[in-house]
Amino acid sequence: MAQVLDTPKAASPASDPVTPAERVARRKSLLHWIAVHSLGVAAALFFVLPFVFLLLTSLMSDQQALTRDLWPHPFEWSNYKEVFDTPGFLTWWRNTLLYAGLGTVLTVVSSLPVAYALAKFRFRGRHLSLMLVISMMMLPPQVVVIPMYLFWAKQLDMSGTLWPLIIPMAFGDAFSIFLLRQFLLTIPNEYLDAAKVDGCGEFRTLLRVVIPMAKPGIAAVALFQFFYAWNDYFGPQIYASENPAAWTLSYGLESFKGAHHTDWNLTMAATVLVMAPVIVVFFFAQKAFVEGVTLTGVKG
Amino acid sequence: MSTYTLRSKRRRSALRTAAFMSPWLIGFCVFFAYPLISTLYFSFTSYDGFSAPEFSGLKNWSYVFNDYPLFWPALRNTLWLVLVMVTCRVIFGLGIGMLITRIKTGTGVFRTLFYLPYLAPPVAATLGFVFLLNPGTGPVNSILGDLGLPTPGWFTDATWSKPALTALAVWGVGDLMVIFMAALLDVPKEQYEAAELDGASAYQRFRFVTLPNISPIIMFAVVTGIIQTMQYYTQPLVAGKVASGVMGGSGQQFEPGYPDKSTLTLPQLVYNLGFQRFDYGSACVVALVLFVLAMAFTALLMRRRSGLIQAGE
Repeated sequence: MAQVLDTPKAASPASDPVTPAERVARRKSLLHWIAVHSLGVAAALFFVLPFVFLLLTSLMSDQQALTRDLWPHPFEWSNYKEVFDTPGFLTWWRNTLLYAGLGTVLTVVSSLPVAYALAKFRFRGRHLSLMLVISMMMLPPQVVVIPMYLFWAKQLDMSGTLWPLIIPMAFGDAFSIFLLRQFLLTIPNEYLDAAKVDGCGEFRTLLRVVIPMAKPGIAAVALFQFFYAWNDYFGPQIYASENPAAWTLSYGLESFKGAHHTDWNLTMAATVLVMAPVIVVFFFAQKAFVEGVTLTGVKG
Repeated sequence: MSTYTLRSKRRRSALRTAAFMSPWLIGFCVFFAYPLISTLYFSFTSYDGFSAPEFSGLKNWSYVFNDYPLFWPALRNTLWLVLVMVTCRVIFGLGIGMLITRIKTGTGVFRTLFYLPYLAPPVAATLGFVFLLNPGTGPVNSILGDLGLPTPGWFTDATWSKPALTALAVWGVGDLMVIFMAALLDVPKEQYEAAELDGASAYQRFRFVTLPNISPIIMFAVVTGIIQTMQYYTQPLVAGKVASGVMGGSGQQFEPGYPDKSTLTLPQLVYNLGFQRFDYGSACVVALVLFVLAMAFTALLMRRRSGLIQAGE
């Protein structure tokens, strides 16, 4: 490549408008481009190869998956059918969708008014409330699990279901409140004042003005919450483990490995099936997602 | 008269605030304050979930700190993870962030590829890594072997299990990449131009322009990384279970931390004590240790002067 840049100079030195200094700079920037992009490709391989290996193994026969082969021969597409035919697999899907779907709706509906109050109302204890929200966000769920388990299992007799995980989401989720608040802070007060001049109360302002403007923030929260429930292992382990009919994909997947001992091909096919929906959703909602990460991470 | 209307106006606005805050106020009381106080209370009692809790003073505390064989290994592992895993993640995340801001062709594709592993569900990603790194037939050791490099036992070897977990955590560094990327793009361009005019080398530009500008974000990444390490549960547990060949699911007894307690973390102890040994009192002691550690680092994050979390006006 560097040679290509050199040739015109050598052929017609007089007519070439590029000075030697510029030429050096150009060559340097080209080398820089090559170096950066080679590093980029190397990093991309590190991030992508594990997915590729999983995918390839999921298409091998059970015998081949135990060899050092990297390429499936022949391709066993029936592995995926076998995973779907595993007793319980479809139930885990249904439970996961219920937990993630209903949980997400409840979280957004209950967190939005709280975030709005924290972002836009001035009241005594506002700073304290925000600090408490952040503390709740940082609290490992294991800290309060013993009394919570006793509460749900012994007093309300709800163990063996996912309700102890879904119901609390109707009472605001600290992370969602925090993320939404960060987003609502970016909405200029003039819009809210204008709505009030038009005779809207706070509730109608929230519905008519704030929600339409906060759509990207709401999308980010919904996505995070959906993935949280999809990925949750500890919650189902505590409340649903005794009843396989209530298992979720993340919880069932691990038992799948247990039930199939050394059938790495089937385990990897199931793993791919648990990862795939998350990745598909991400491709459709990439912008909202990245925005959400940035919002919670960085001071404005 | 005017004071009366003022007061009623204030009362109305207080009611309105309370109404908007109410979901969280209830949630705070029922799912945070009450269980926290309850945890503190249980930590001073003998309680197996069947007979009523009985006051036992500091017995559980002394048991956890002096006699419970898993407590100190778990704390040591946590320290290791904070020192090595968090450091690797921050350095690697910053490196990838700097790389992505320099990539000019196909930026979107690269960014997506770098970010994707962060989204992989933890159980699935851990299972995948246990397979990739399995010592007998895993692709990683196959390649290492072909290259004539040592082939460690990874998740089956107590020396290598935490490095294997670190590899898994570094693979999912996408969250830090995005944060660092945003911070790097915020560094004023003029400062780089001025440094270049002064003849600063690439290293000097990094050391004297980039680093001072993004140091609050590095601090944020380190502190949230430490807090995440306190919560580190699913990956080490699943890795230990799967690598040891213990069946998952209900009713299976599993001594956590395989191999040789090397993947134990504090949250796993709460599960072990509470849900495998039915010693709720001692489980609450570990829960409180976890609480104090998590809150200490959260306080660091919230110190107003550090400006890491914008108070907002």
